[in-house]
Amino acid sequence: MDLRYFAWLRERIGTGHEVIETEAATVAELIEELKARSEAHAFALSDLGAVRAAVDQELVEFDASLTGAREVALFPPMTGG
Amino acid sequence: MVPVRVQEAAFDVGAELNEFTDRMQGAGAVVSFTGLTRDLAAGDLIAMEIEHFPGMTEAALGTIREEAVTRFSLQGALVIHRYGRLAPGEVIMMVATASRHRADAFAGAEFLMDFLKSRAPFWKREITASGADWVAAKDRDEAALNRW
Repeated sequence: MDLRYFAWLRERIGTGHEVIETEAATVAELIEELKARSEAHAFALSDLGAVRAAVDQELVEFDASLTGAREVALFPPMTGG
Repeated sequence: MVPVRVQEAAFDVGAELNEFTDRMQGAGAVVSFTGLTRDLAAGDLIAMEIEHFPGMTEAALGTIREEAVTRFSLQGALVIHRYGRLAPGEVIMMVATASRHRADAFAGAEFLMDFLKSRAPFWKREITASGADWVAAKDRDEAALNRW
């Protein structure tokens, strides 16, 4: 699974991209796995109210299925415009 | 002309608006909005850096634009958004909408702005002499979506 991080999530985790093996069925399960990966991951993902997710470049809720997913992106609330 | 553009380079708002307007034969109204890099209250902004998610950004803006066109029966809609490092006062982005009557063009432009603010993957960071701070999303940005 390709993981992408943006903005302060990228900075806190220390990379914008990593590839992991996962059996997680949902985004929420994946996030729990990631929090166990390192202190940096745990810190970056400590406040899920400030985290948004996209699966294969579509915004989703945390209960979204990862069946068939190739890429998950995690990032803070967006600030465009 | 591509109706959704995401680019680092500056663009000429007047030229873009004129070209858009020229193509909207039959429309009775064109509305445009231009977003600028605002200085901080202390007047010490050195630059604004805008990060985005290449690929998803274009797709999200395209979806939001199509929704606006359908919902407000727009004859056309243009979205241009920059990324990278911008100086205070520089143009960040613009939208333009065209419709038969002005109410739809105004509403379509507001709809586009409300959704691209919190549904298109851009993140702003303000650079000052004391460091760099990510701009926090505001609750009212999310609340603004509920009126649609």
